[in-house]
Amino acid sequence: MSTTDAYASSRETTEGRVYAVTGGDWDSLVTEIGATKEERVVVNMGPQHPSTHGVLRLILELEGETVTEARSGIGYLHTGIEKNAEYRTWTQGVTFVTRMDYLAPLFNEAAYCLGVEKLLGITDDVPEKASVIRVMMMEFNRISSHMVALGTGALELGALSPMIFAFRERELVLDIFEMISGLRMNMAYIRPGGVAQDLPANAVSKIRETVKELRHNFKDNAKMLIGNSIWMKRTQGIGYLDLAGCVTLGITGPVLRSTGMPWDLRKTQPYSGYENYDFDVVTTDTCDVYGRFLIRMLELEESLRIIEQACDKLDALEGAPVMVADKKIAWPSQLSVGADGMGNSLNHIREIMGESMESLIHHFKLVTEGFRVPAGQVYTAVESPRGETGVHLVSDGGTRPYRLHFREPSFNNLQSLSAMCEGSFIADVVAAVASIDPVMGGVDR
Amino acid sequence: MSTENGMFGVTGSGDTSGFSGLVRSAASTGSSERPYGGYFDDVADDLERAYPAFSDSIERVVVDRGELTLYVKREKLVEVALVLRDEPSLRFEIGLGVNGVHYPEEVGRELHAVYPLLSMTHNRRIRLEVAAPESDPHIPSLVEVWASSNWHERETYDMFGIIFDGHPGLTRILMPDDWPGHPQRKDYPLGGIPIEYKGATVPAPSERRAYR
Repeated sequence: MSTTDAYASSRETTEGRVYAVTGGDWDSLVTEIGATKEERVVVNMGPQHPSTHGVLRLILELEGETVTEARSGIGYLHTGIEKNAEYRTWTQGVTFVTRMDYLAPLFNEAAYCLGVEKLLGITDDVPEKASVIRVMMMEFNRISSHMVALGTGALELGALSPMIFAFRERELVLDIFEMISGLRMNMAYIRPGGVAQDLPANAVSKIRETVKELRHNFKDNAKMLIGNSIWMKRTQGIGYLDLAGCVTLGITGPVLRSTGMPWDLRKTQPYSGYENYDFDVVTTDTCDVYGRFLIRMLELEESLRIIEQACDKLDALEGAPVMVADKKIAWPSQLSVGADGMGNSLNHIREIMGESMESLIHHFKLVTEGFRVPAGQVYTAVESPRGETGVHLVSDGGTRPYRLHFREPSFNNLQSLSAMCEGSFIADVVAAVASIDPVMGGVDR
Repeated sequence: MSTENGMFGVTGSGDTSGFSGLVRSAASTGSSERPYGGYFDDVADDLERAYPAFSDSIERVVVDRGELTLYVKREKLVEVALVLRDEPSLRFEIGLGVNGVHYPEEVGRELHAVYPLLSMTHNRRIRLEVAAPESDPHIPSLVEVWASSNWHERETYDMFGIIFDGHPGLTRILMPDDWPGHPQRKDYPLGGIPIEYKGATVPAPSERRAYR
């Protein structure tokens, strides 16, 4: 190569000539590759690439601009969360699993906590208010996750403005999360037995205002993208995967619903009281990137409908408990969000430090040792923004998970990349990946 | 499953609880008796009817916490999976992957592979469980039955060292290609770095005194 850049060099290998490209040296690369007789080029796209949706490495074999083989390399964000959780209590596990799919933390927490509750046999003892709050938080989370999917998806296809709008909407949702849990992401808010703390005063009226604002704002992105001729050309008929392909590859979520299959665990296998809400399962029958985009767009309104119904329920549940009554499971400290962040309530501190030795012992035992979970195994699943998030939990009767495994929809759905992309243009690979919406934190765990 | 000594499962320091003579063991649940309840009886009946070698292939049927688990002999796994997928009255068309569990105490059956299955047709879930000894960690691959098993089996191989015979390309998927060992096995240490804080050292999570 003509350049003297040490990082943009080329060398001969048994597989052919290998070029290192760092950007800015495309002209010399194109000249040099153009001089060779080789038609077939293998391109490593990622793991650091702006349009691969995170540290995803795509290995693309090209004939001209056509992709003949597409493989994905993953594992760059593997952090051993499942192994780590085996060394923490069941309650501490929430703090770990919330960091898996970091755009849908509440779904990870909910799936995990539903599993722990099933192992404990307290599924029916979880207070109604806790379930309503869980549903509301999950639907808000679905909105914020879909907003990132839409915004970054559009950005990767060259449309900058939808991203600006999408992140504006996401910010409103994150403000709600901050008001309720004290944190914007990875909030470990859903706990085995209920939720960490009750809603702050006036939360419901603030939520209603935000719902109104979101409903108004969603129109901006819909106007910008639906019917936009560039957007339609980049998404329609791209990344085709029909029902047979989805079933054999175990695909769930918007990708499955874009084939016309109305499969949504909230309807088919309801949990946390989803059967008490009135909402529709959105489907399209185009099997392409546009169909998946449209599903995410229309699911926003369904989520708002569920949140409104949850608000009505919360009005009637003022002052109701948000954690199981069993003091051997419920977290002892009464947490609340104050002006300086989340902390223990002063009344609780006074009780354990000044009034009741037994309360102090109880607090200490439950926090350091944790509660015991009867031996056995369960599998629980929730409908996350990306599909079925399943949790397989094994307990040996101890205070820590014996084995914790997440069946991550991102991990599973990313397998469909080859089926969607082979035979298409390289530019459409970006659209197909964006429509799967993989979150690498969930893929690699 | 596992045996615990003492009252608080103390490890890493002397037991001062006075309960050090106490031995607790969590017994694994035995076979369940009919009726299993719900649709589980239908699933068992239909499988027995469609698959004559049922009693020969299914070691145990366990119903626990509202979930059905079929323990399958590993050499019969593919046959059973095909019947479960293709029989119209069963039709478990979605394989949700595979998850490994390592039970070092179960001598001769240390490595388990657990397959959650979903039937969208009948809106049902069941689970298959297969065991293999650590000395011969081979389990037949289900990629031919459910293509979705591909990456899940690679992950289970990566984490547990279970070799799925017949897999089209069984390589590590999450850990680097040249990684030694299989991290999710119970004899594989968590590792970690001791933390120094104000002159004292806090050991790594797996080395700390703990209550189990």
